[in-house]
Amino acid sequence: MSPPLIELSGITRTYGSGEALVRALDGVDLRVEKGEFVAIMGPSGSGKSTAMNIIGCLDRPSDGQYRFNGVEVATLDQDQRALLRRHYLGFVFQGYNLLPRTTAIENVELPLIYKGQRKAERLVRAREALARVGLEGREDHTPSQLSGGQQQRVAIARALAGEPMVMLADEPTGNLDTKRSVEIMELMQELNRDAGLTIVMVTHEEDMAAYASRLVVFTDGKVVRDEAMAERGA
Amino acid sequence: MLWETVRLALTAIIRNALRSFLTVLGVVIGVAAVIAMVTVGQGSSEQVSANVESLGTSVLILRPGAQMMGPGTRDNAPSFKLADVEALQDLSALSAVAPVVSTSETAVYGNTNRSTSITGTTSDYLEIGGWEIARGRGFSTAEDRSGANVCIIGETVRTALFGSTDPTGEKIRIKSISCEVIGLLVAKGAGSFGQDQDDLVIMPVRTVQRRLLGGQDVSSISMTVAPGVSSERAISDIKTLMRDRRRIAIGEEDDFSVNDMKELASMLNSVNSVLTGLLSSVAAVSLLVGGIGIMNIMLVSVTERTREIGIRLSVGAQASQVLMQFLVEAVVLSLLGGVIGILAGLGLAYVAAQIMEIPFSPSLDVIALAFGFSAVVGMVFGYFPARAAARLDPIEALHYQ
Repeated sequence: MSPPLIELSGITRTYGSGEALVRALDGVDLRVEKGEFVAIMGPSGSGKSTAMNIIGCLDRPSDGQYRFNGVEVATLDQDQRALLRRHYLGFVFQGYNLLPRTTAIENVELPLIYKGQRKAERLVRAREALARVGLEGREDHTPSQLSGGQQQRVAIARALAGEPMVMLADEPTGNLDTKRSVEIMELMQELNRDAGLTIVMVTHEEDMAAYASRLVVFTDGKVVRDEAMAERGA
Repeated sequence: MLWETVRLALTAIIRNALRSFLTVLGVVIGVAAVIAMVTVGQGSSEQVSANVESLGTSVLILRPGAQMMGPGTRDNAPSFKLADVEALQDLSALSAVAPVVSTSETAVYGNTNRSTSITGTTSDYLEIGGWEIARGRGFSTAEDRSGANVCIIGETVRTALFGSTDPTGEKIRIKSISCEVIGLLVAKGAGSFGQDQDDLVIMPVRTVQRRLLGGQDVSSISMTVAPGVSSERAISDIKTLMRDRRRIAIGEEDDFSVNDMKELASMLNSVNSVLTGLLSSVAAVSLLVGGIGIMNIMLVSVTERTREIGIRLSVGAQASQVLMQFLVEAVVLSLLGGVIGILAGLGLAYVAAQIMEIPFSPSLDVIALAFGFSAVVGMVFGYFPARAAARLDPIEALHYQ
């Protein structure tokens, strides 16, 4: 049997020291298998975003073990973690995080540049990814010429273009109205179901979490609930 | 991958056109200011040196009054007469002696006229002043003696009155005299003070004394020292002779002065180097201001760039790749600014040299210094904030405000 895609055991993340010590994560255990769509919920300050950043190798745990596809990540150096992000992870952020004054297609191309792909190949892939999220014809629009929902679609296309093993989404609908949020969630559900893309998503809206197949709830830096769900609309 | 990095950097430069422009502008201003100022300063220094060289043999000028330098005489000091000139001509330490009487008049030819300076002197004056005749001839001894109505004109006067035609043999009117132009002087250009040396009419001294000024006075006497004689000895001989002729008692001060033109020129040269130093420090300040401009632009853009770095790191860029991109950006902007700055600075200096009529003498040292300084400032302030950002965990860079 292949190892779980993501395996956190006893993960702790603290900030500051002494009196001001804050435990954002306090001994978190979590396993995510290939093909899952996991929603992480919890009140503000519960540590859900911190856990997400550690899974995404954007942040490092203070203590504990993190295995990605069987490989221990905590001992990797900065450049090795960059390679892990480059080849296996795709990110979608609440604030989109697109490069300003840069067209949609160039934003989507960005991870492919670092993958060392040639310009011609990058253009094909980026075009495909934009088509996948329903943005044909918007390739040459810059973020300021796109709506919030469209910008988030560009960000999803950027995450998809690198063909990651897992997509990590940190409050992807946090800045969007309900109609756009539903569109984004339907798109993510489709990617999970049709392409078998593993998705881990942080949200504080139950309506959005309902699109996932599994719900993990954080409180005070600990996992307090972890259960399978019937997918909405499935 | 290197080519890809260069392309990334170029794309970023074009995309952030305003920021790039301001950075380049900072470099351009710094480099151009330094190069222009120092080049002009050196040019005028060279001009002065050339003037000193052109004096060749030492020229002495005898003036009434005890004043050491500059124009003007003491009211109570009696003027020289032509008899003094004749007495000086007997001194073996001097090879040429010429009286000088100066005034300003309007020279008229047909319906054109030019207000110019009139110098009354003898034919020796041309030799002493290093003047050469371009056309025609100098005064004959007979013309010197008799005070004939003849004149030699400078290039500026010729251009004003005759355009490019040959003036010799024509008659010009100065006050009530109608005098024949017998010679045209070779142009000398601007003097050490920037004055036009070619704006003059030379006439026999007696003509000016009798017909223009009325009187026997000579305003100054120009002399050259004989070959093999030191100017100190010549000056001392002149002083002894003059004290005797002017009946100055032992212990009394001279009521005349003898100036060595070479000394004056070398003093001018030192004034000039002080001026160049001043210009250079002003230029250094502009270089500094340019540097601060570059620094500000680079630091102000750190917020946006830190987020950009976070984005690049999150999609899998390694810190070294991001840094290389920023370094290439900084190098390209600095080089671009440096090259434009050098061209602009040399251009300004060239125009200034033409206007001031001084030699255009760019110095490689200064170009290298100005360029190097701006390049270093551009690179340091482009590179170090980026390095600090690239060392952050990606999430810190992304959340940087």
